[in-house]
Amino acid sequence: MVVTEKLCGLAHAAMEFPRRLRCSARHWLRDRTSPFPGRSVVGILLGCMMLASCSEGVLDPHGQVGRAERVILGDATAIMLAVVIPVIILTLVFAWWFRAGNRRAVYRPEWEYSGRIELIIWAIPTLVILFLGGIAWIGSHDLDPPKPLDSATPPLEVEVVSLDWRWLFIYPREHIATINYLVVPTGVPVHFRLTSTSVMNSFFIPQLGSQIYTMPGMTTQLNLQADSPGTYAGLSAQFSGPGFSDMRFTLRAEPIERFEGWVAQVRAGSGVLNEPILAQLVRPTRAAGELTYGSVPRDPFEMVAGGHMATLWSPKEAL
Amino acid sequence: MFGRLTWSAIPFDQPIVMGTCAAVGVVLLVIFALVTFKGWWPYLWREWITSVDHKRIGAMYMILGLVMLVRGFSDAIMMRTQQALAAGHAAGYLPPEHFDQIFSAHGTIMIFFVAMPFVIGLMNFALPLQLGVRDVAFPKLNSVSFWLTAAGVLLVNLSLFVGEFARTGWLAYPPLSELAYSPGVGVDYYLWSLQLSGLGTLLSGINLTTTILKLRAPGMGYKRMPVFCWTALASNLLIVAAFPVLTATFAMLLLDRYCGFHFFTNDLGGNPMMYINLIWIWGHPEVYILILPAFGVFSEVVATFSGKPLFGYRSMVLATMAICVLSFMVWLHHFFTMGAGADVNGFFGIATMIIAVPTGVKVFNWLFTLYGARVQYNVPVYWTLGFIVTFVIGGMTGVLMAIPPADFVLHNSLFLIAHFHNVVIGGVVFGVMAGMTYWFPKAFGFKLNERLGKAVFWCWFIGFYLAFMPLYALGLMGATRRMQHYPDTHWQPLMLVALSGAVVILLGIVLTVIQIAVSIRQRHANRDRSGDPWNARTLEWSIPSPPPAWNFTRLPSVEGTDAYWHMKKEGTAQRPLPGAYVDLHLPRNSPVGVFLAFFAVTLGFALIWRIYWLAAVGLVGAVVVALIESWKTDLAIRVPAPEVEAFEHAHATAPLRGPSGSRDTVHDDVVATSGDRS
Repeated sequence: MVVTEKLCGLAHAAMEFPRRLRCSARHWLRDRTSPFPGRSVVGILLGCMMLASCSEGVLDPHGQVGRAERVILGDATAIMLAVVIPVIILTLVFAWWFRAGNRRAVYRPEWEYSGRIELIIWAIPTLVILFLGGIAWIGSHDLDPPKPLDSATPPLEVEVVSLDWRWLFIYPREHIATINYLVVPTGVPVHFRLTSTSVMNSFFIPQLGSQIYTMPGMTTQLNLQADSPGTYAGLSAQFSGPGFSDMRFTLRAEPIERFEGWVAQVRAGSGVLNEPILAQLVRPTRAAGELTYGSVPRDPFEMVAGGHMATLWSPKEAL
Repeated sequence: MFGRLTWSAIPFDQPIVMGTCAAVGVVLLVIFALVTFKGWWPYLWREWITSVDHKRIGAMYMILGLVMLVRGFSDAIMMRTQQALAAGHAAGYLPPEHFDQIFSAHGTIMIFFVAMPFVIGLMNFALPLQLGVRDVAFPKLNSVSFWLTAAGVLLVNLSLFVGEFARTGWLAYPPLSELAYSPGVGVDYYLWSLQLSGLGTLLSGINLTTTILKLRAPGMGYKRMPVFCWTALASNLLIVAAFPVLTATFAMLLLDRYCGFHFFTNDLGGNPMMYINLIWIWGHPEVYILILPAFGVFSEVVATFSGKPLFGYRSMVLATMAICVLSFMVWLHHFFTMGAGADVNGFFGIATMIIAVPTGVKVFNWLFTLYGARVQYNVPVYWTLGFIVTFVIGGMTGVLMAIPPADFVLHNSLFLIAHFHNVVIGGVVFGVMAGMTYWFPKAFGFKLNERLGKAVFWCWFIGFYLAFMPLYALGLMGATRRMQHYPDTHWQPLMLVALSGAVVILLGIVLTVIQIAVSIRQRHANRDRSGDPWNARTLEWSIPSPPPAWNFTRLPSVEGTDAYWHMKKEGTAQRPLPGAYVDLHLPRNSPVGVFLAFFAVTLGFALIWRIYWLAAVGLVGAVVVALIESWKTDLAIRVPAPEVEAFEHAHATAPLRGPSGSRDTVHDDVVATSGDRS
């Protein structure tokens, strides 16, 4: 990750400026009377880009993984635009200049080969891909989801189980569990281990970075970190049935002291995640709220991940 | 007696479905009544339904694609409306169980029953003409392929009225598509309709591959084939290699669902990830099956309307075949987020990017074909320029997502949706529209209306940007695909813009239908008497429009690339041909395709509803039809020499130095160039 960030430091700095510019442009456009910025297509498109770059999402990361990924997005786009924009312009210029009506344009009806141009047109994409390939190789190693983050602090362990259609979060060391929300300390890496009781889902908090699938009978891993306190929206990115759109959760990042206070408070509270409760949880439920369990006598994660839970249901039952 | 089929299978309680049902019923009834009243049945049966002529079959594929485009687009605009409404606490007008069917049907229909028929239709029509031959290698099989595709179409559309469609997404990932989680008939409709049409596609791929490899005009070596034939070869090789994978994968899922097997189940040793690997081993080549022929169309169009040969023919061929091979080595990029290791992700990421090299070369080749051109601004050129501008953006976002860490935040987002619509609309749809406008006069003898054609282009072009640029932005904002509703109300303005784009595209589709209707009315004014309305370069333009059933009275002798252009330059392109005529032998019409399709639909429908006696009827019927056909010996009809001669004389070309027509221009240009060069 360090390598990538060093490699891309320059581009990163360059990216910040237009972003700020776009945000102010957005405020300017907001003052206009029309609900949409601009009347022309171009105006609308520009508006889209501005909205995207300002609001919560992968372009507004609050953790090192998300930030590194935004750098890669920006750099790769910039490198490719350096070729794509000239190609678009050249296409339009050639097509316009060499129109049939333009007698000043030289017509070359037999011209079909030039070794020099051939060399260049194979070389340009090859060079671009060599460069991007480097970013891809380094990036996929630096940002490999199971790879522990660079941090002096030992990570917080969280186990994630996707249910139909809600999220169960188990804190194995703290022996507590939550449904549809989780609280993590800021500045501390979080090591997730993930599985599913029934169908596939994808665990994704856009503002923190990488997503990973939760799959029945299998365990995946993910490392993320929240750097600043706040509430970040989380969701399932993989369609999982009729309750999919409600499979949302929030991640609350709080300073370590407040996090510890929260843990103590949860432990003092009621709610036990035992097998009968788990058997209830795996039943299909749509648009369910948040729940908290102050004690988890026996961690069910391995049992779920091992596929030792018969949780088959049918959508008919769910509706 | 009727398996699981009861009256409750018909969704009487859903006004949208029943309204559609009534509308479709009325339209079908009107068409049926009109055909009966006018007495067109014998004509339709003789000239179209039982025809084994590749040109007719190609045209039928195109009509099928157009009809299904309307269906697939209706799904699209319903989804866009739902997402434009269902922000915050609003629920929209489509409940999840309906919305989930709609997006599954949209994807399935657009890929299998719109894009595939379009692309196969173009190849069917143009390939034998460009190769300078009389038909495809197996004309009767061609008819069977078409009718099996039509059988799949019929089953998919039946699912709208009887039962339900899959609620699993267009690739039906298990375990969601397993019996445990999808116990209804939706996934069965999906599987059986795709098994039937997939069989048709595979047979078509074998047919067209054989045609290119074994049937070419004398002198047409591989290095002289038009680029469209090369791209079609690559595409059909991919079909032959990839579609058996799809059939086998679906067969395994069917065994899971029908016979209690455990290939992809959660328990008893099944592994859903196996399915996801297999389906993408088919699925990634599939996108190149669609886009490569479109690249071929653009290559033909850009050369023809530039009035010069394609720049870098050898590069183009090399790039095409490179894409053909590489497309099998990238499937894992569809699931970087399933936890493969860094090396695996890195490898597949780089392999994916490498495809951008030959694709980039192609773009540059089209660019340099324009250099030194004399571009005639006909409708196909609009599509081609619109394609280049749009496709490079789609290509860029594609390469972006090939970087695994970038994909970790973009996977399954609306950014992905925007990307693949960017390449499928900007590439495949634009290519098909270009090809349809380009070859229409060849197929029917008159040009499509230019003004309306340009209006259609602008609708698609502007509509595409309005509909999908907001989706790129929404994806970056964290919006995922397949949301029936979403909490963030600040996504709604962009969703509304996207809906407006869909409305503009709708206008484009409506205008396409109007364009075809108006062009038919104006056919006498737009008649193509020369057979070469665009001053084109390849062999299909050397014969009259529409071509006779036998295509070429005498197989042309090919001396280089752009064979017809050379003939025009040498002055050897003339009709009637000198010398004596001989009897020609053509394959006889056969109803085997439509009969097989009938029994195939019966079989599929019966299996979907578990009516096993009816399934037996369907299976036995299909086998019997095939056997009866196999024993037929009188397979050809003879066209007597005088008839051929009469046709040739009736379609004589104007003298080379005639008062009008393209030929004069050619000669002037050639003279002018030699002047320029000296």
